[in-house]
This record gives sequence, structure tokens and C-alpha cells, in this order.
Amino acid sequence: MQRFPKVSTIEPVMLKERVHSIASRSFKGAFKIQALDLILNCIDLTSLEGKDTEQRVVQLCQKAMQWQTAAVCVYPIHIAQAKRITRGTNVRVASVSTAFPAAQVPFTLRCKELEWCLKQGADEIDMVINRKLFLEGKYQAVFKEIEKVKSICGTTTLKVILETGELDRPGQIRKAADIALYAGADFIKTSTGKSSVSARPEVVYIMLEAIYAFMLKTGKYVGIKPSGGISTTKQALVYIALILEVLGQEWLHPTLLRFGASSLANDVMLQLLKQKSGQHQHSRYFSND
Amino acid sequence: MCAKLNKTWKFAPAPEAKLLKLNAVYGSFINGQFIKPSGKRHPILNPADETQLTTITYANALQVDAAFSAAQHAYQKTWSKLSGLERGMYLYRLAEQLKLHARKFAEAETLNTGKPIRESKNFDIPRCIQHLMYHAGWADKWHYITPLAHQKPYGVVAQIIPWNFPLWMAIWKLAPALACGNTVVIKPAESTPITALLLAELIHICNFPPGVVNIVLGDGEIGKRMCAHAIPSKIAFTGSTEVGREIQFTAQRFQKALSLELGGKGPHILFEDAPLAQAIEGVIKGIFFNQGQVCCAGSRLLVHESIALEVKKLLQKRISKIRIGDPMDKNTEMGPLHSKTQYNKVSQYIHQGKRDGLSCFEHPASLPENGYYCKPIVFFDTGSTHILSREELFGPVLTVQSFRSVAEAIQIANNTPMGLSAGIWTSDIALANAMARQIQCGVVWLNSFNEFDPASPFGGYKQSGFGREGGVHGLAEYLQ
Repeated sequence: MQRFPKVSTIEPVMLKERVHSIASRSFKGAFKIQALDLILNCIDLTSLEGKDTEQRVVQLCQKAMQWQTAAVCVYPIHIAQAKRITRGTNVRVASVSTAFPAAQVPFTLRCKELEWCLKQGADEIDMVINRKLFLEGKYQAVFKEIEKVKSICGTTTLKVILETGELDRPGQIRKAADIALYAGADFIKTSTGKSSVSARPEVVYIMLEAIYAFMLKTGKYVGIKPSGGISTTKQALVYIALILEVLGQEWLHPTLLRFGASSLANDVMLQLLKQKSGQHQHSRYFSND
Repeated sequence: MCAKLNKTWKFAPAPEAKLLKLNAVYGSFINGQFIKPSGKRHPILNPADETQLTTITYANALQVDAAFSAAQHAYQKTWSKLSGLERGMYLYRLAEQLKLHARKFAEAETLNTGKPIRESKNFDIPRCIQHLMYHAGWADKWHYITPLAHQKPYGVVAQIIPWNFPLWMAIWKLAPALACGNTVVIKPAESTPITALLLAELIHICNFPPGVVNIVLGDGEIGKRMCAHAIPSKIAFTGSTEVGREIQFTAQRFQKALSLELGGKGPHILFEDAPLAQAIEGVIKGIFFNQGQVCCAGSRLLVHESIALEVKKLLQKRISKIRIGDPMDKNTEMGPLHSKTQYNKVSQYIHQGKRDGLSCFEHPASLPENGYYCKPIVFFDTGSTHILSREELFGPVLTVQSFRSVAEAIQIANNTPMGLSAGIWTSDIALANAMARQIQCGVVWLNSFNEFDPASPFGGYKQSGFGREGGVHGLAEYLQ
């Protein structure tokens, strides 16, 4: 029996209009400062590169601790190191897992990887959905995989990456979101950052609608994580406005909102100082790593 | 985790700068110049705070005569002698000027009508420019199109427009008339003449031959005089059904060609397989766009019974999110109604609905003290017999009815003396097409609402009028 909604039609004309109407809001004054503080606190400071080293991860963790971002997000091999540095702070350690970013590995091996990550002490797991199965139309199988992953995770926070850039059309994004929500995700996340198309406001809007509908049906609050290609404050503010509009301010909190980004924090710091001092500073006064 | 983050979230005010400078008093624009203000004065108010923006003086009988004579003279001496290409160039020039002054026009429109600045900026003015461009292109081409070739312009045309989209409606009337080679005497509504007067300035800048466009100021009395005047051989009117009926009598008596675009009571039909989230957006846009003061508003929502409860919940949530307030604020989505009269009329209808015990949901926010603000409101389970689902009230009031079958939906949708617009929401394209053919409305939107294009003809069935505006059909109205 299918345990997620059947219909998932999205109408692109009205979708675009609505998103544009929210995205063209004017963010000023107290609202902007409040939003900037929140964005900083909601960042999963990310480094997912083949060239990540031990020292690089140490530096990443220190930056996360100094700026009080929500978490660091690293490859499994760095979990233990990150845990050691961030011990005793509020910064959580998130790890990508289950054969990130493509998931083109047998499911049993992916589960093994996941178990290893948990043993290393990861606080949060960012899994990728199986696009192979999804595009083949085997939705039920995708659902079962996520459900299994959640059961292995137990109480560890599970973020499910839909990799929306690889899904076909708006309706399919809604379907993927529904599958992840009903299979037990704690967060749904847009992208790996490894495909050419990453988070876009329309896509996040569709996911927010799915989260809201799920909340109405089940009473459960699931988080959202826009990720990939978000490097400016302006982009992040649009997501804040979208969440306020579609879900409400309960969601404006690190327990339900994250930004997956590597360089966003730098721009937020710059903008914060601009809001507080009234002067636009040169970017050389801020880190750019 | 972060207790300090549990704050309320309120957008900071983001008012658009007020840069508009108006004369203290305006007279009509006749034969290429503003005539000296004299005669009956009428104050122009800002509906958001009831302050006075400027004063106009009504045209008298002599001035109406002068306007028509100027138009006739311009038609005979210059405008009819120009090639289509040259007439088109004037329209292009006007469009370019409007583009340059878009901000000023948006500000004027918002101050005068109370519509949010984001609507006048993103909808009204760009649509005006688009409409001018489109018809400028037709000016040298319609001669070669099958139904229009060998036809002739009427000569002088009298046009009367409403207050809900003052500039847009003026352009809807002017652009096709001029492209077809007519000259024009146009009357804006007495309460919203500002953008028309600013347009007169642009017409002057664009060097239109004097008398091609004449703008007379005044109320319904002046309108009557225009319709009964000997010179114009064609009348175009957009406005209320009652006035339209009167004009039809006059036009018949003096044997003038006529096109009418009147009221509507648009059905908006939601089937159970609709893309629901977008459908709700469509419904909201359909009825609350321009505070509901739209002739093609989707004011009757018909919902498939199986999703009625869900739609009710979603509607309530979405309505609470609408931002009402100062229309000059960039984040405002709904401003005040247009006038005191309109406010009283809408309030009466709302009062009647409440008195009759209909269950309703009203926007929860409190309203600004001054200005003619009206909360968006939706009445649930309204029967077809109730006055709210029968009469056009031109305000932010939505009625909801449920239906059980396709046949019933069509029957309810068509059960009205009007027939201007309808919306259908379904994922079933076959059903959508079948429905569109059976609904007696001039415009049927599928999975969208209030979408406009200058190429698409717009107009009504039944008491919503006759004649079309836009596209080839719109041009045909100005040729004989």
C-alpha cells in the first residue's frame, strides 16, 4: 500500500507569480537585522570537497564556533575530528552519508556507511535520495529506503536531500518531498551542491507547501534546508520571507531551518555590520574562505 | 537552542518616496492644450488618508463641443491623411515616454485609487506600455488582414472609462482607436483623472497633432452629453451595468455604434484534482486583486464537495497572510477601497451577509484609522439565492458554494445574468476543455486567473456587455 499522497500537481504560472510576489518584498531595518542574526544561527557551515584535510576541518569548526552557526557539515571521514573540536559547544556535527552525492551504491553498503557515521558520533545525517529509483518510477522503493535509513538513525536528526536539480518537473519535486516527509525525514533539503542546478525559490516554495500540507495531516513539524549556491544574504532573505509566508514564524528557528552554505556566513557578517554601523565595509575585512 | 530567536517577525515599513508634483487645479485637455480651469470644481482625494491631491474643473457644454470639433478637425485635416506607419510611430513614441515616466505614473495611480504601489508598478503601468506597443504594431498592418481589409475608421470616437484601472482602461480604449485611425474624445472617471492628465502631458511631448486625443473632465452628466453629441459615430464604455444600459438607449436613439464592457460575477471552479496550493493563490488573486474592484473578479468560488473543508482551512490561512495597509508601502498587498461611496456600498453588502447568518471569515488584522479600508472577507456555504452570490458588489468579498458534479458546477456557474470571466482549476485537461466550452463567459481562465494579454480579446456575454477589447477582435470594434 502506498503511504504517501498520490496527487502532486503543481501549476507553474501561479507558482512563479506567487514566489515572485514574496521574493520582491522589501527587507529593511529591524526586520533585516533580526533575519541576519537568524540566518547566521541557522547555517550548516559546509565543506564538501575532495581536498578537505584535517587542518581545514579544524579551521571550519573554529569559524562555526566563533560565529555560532548551527552546525558544520563534512564528509564522514572528518566526523571524529569535528566532534573533538566542537565538544562542549552548541555547534553540531552533520555528516553527509549514504554514498553522497549520487547514491549509486548498493543499499546495504550505504546502510553500512551510515552505521559507521553514527558510530563516529555524528549528530545529524544528510542523506541523498536514490534518484535512480525515483526516475525509474519506483517511488515505493525510494520511500522504503528512506524509512529504513530513518530507523537506523533513530533519534539522530535526518536530513533528506532531494537533489531537485535532477528531478524532472515541479510535480516530481512535490512528489519527492512527500515521499521524504511521509518516510520520516526531520528536514528536507534541496540540493547536494554537486549538480548544476541548486536551490531556487520556486523549488523551496514547493517543498514548503509539502511541509505545510504534511503538518496539517499529521501534526508533525518538519524542517527545511535550502542548500547549494546560496552565497549572498539577499538570496537567504528570500527564503526567510517564503517561510514566513507559507509556514509561519514557528519555522524560523535552527531546529526547523538550516542553510547549507560555505560562503554565505561571510556575506551575512558583512551585511550585519553594514546594518549596525550604516557603512558598507570592504570585503577584505571579512573572511572569504 | 537560541531563545533570543523566538521573536515576532514584522516587516519594517518600506514606503515609496512621494515625488509627484501636481498643479493645484486642472482643466480639460482639448485641441492639444489644457484649457483654462473654469466652472464647477471637484476635489480629487487620496482614498488612503482622505487628503486632497488636486482639484479638477468639469467641462461645460461649450467645451464638450469644442473637444468634438477639435477631434473632427484633426481627423479630417491630419490624422486620416497619415499613413498607418506614421500613426504607429506616435503610439510607439507614447509607449516609450510612458516607459520613461513609469515610476511617476505608478505613484500617481496609487495615490489616486488606493491600489498598492506594487500593483501599479508591476501590473498597471507595464500592461499599459505593452498594450500601446502591441497596437502600434497593428497600425500599419490591419489593412491587410482578412476581416479588416477595406474597412474604414469611424472618425471621431467617444470613450468613457471607469475608476478601477484609470490609466490601463484609458490605454485599452485609446490604443486600438488611434491605431485604426480614429480621433478620440475620452472622459476619465471624475474621481480618478490624474493619470489621464499626466498622459495628456506625454501626448503633448510626443507631438501628437492637436485634437487627436481630447480629454474632457466631468461626471455622468458630461458623459451623457458626450453620448448624445452629434459628432461621434461610435461610443465605447466600460463601467457599471446600469449606466451601460442608459448609454445603450442613447446610442440606439442617435444610431451610434457601441461597445460595452460592464459588470461581472465570475465563477471560480475548483475540482478535487486541482493543484490546490496554486488554486488557492488563484482564488486570492481572483477576488482580492485591486481590492476586488475588478469587473472580471472571481467573486463566486465553487468547490467540489470532497475538498470543501480543506479549501476552507487553506483559504482562512491564506487570507490572514494578506498585508493590508498604506498602499504606498512596497510590501502592502491590499490598500483602501476607492471612495467613500464604494466603501459604504460594500459595507452594506457585508452587513447583510452577516445579518442573514452566513458563516464567514474576516481578515484578523486591525485597519488604519483613516481611509476607506475594508477587510477581505469570505462567506461560506452561500446559496445561489443569496444577494451576495447574485449581485456584483465590487469589493473584497468572496462567496463559497460547494457542488457535487460537473453538470451542477456548470449550472451554478451559468446561473447569473452576467458573464464576463470564469476560472477552472483541474489537472484533467479534457474536463477543463469541455467546461470552457460550456461556460457562458467571455473569458475562461484554465488553472490561472486575471492573466491578460493585449492579443487576447476581452469582453462579456449577457449583461456583461458586448464588443471585445484586445487582439484583432478589439480592432474590429473601431472599424466599419
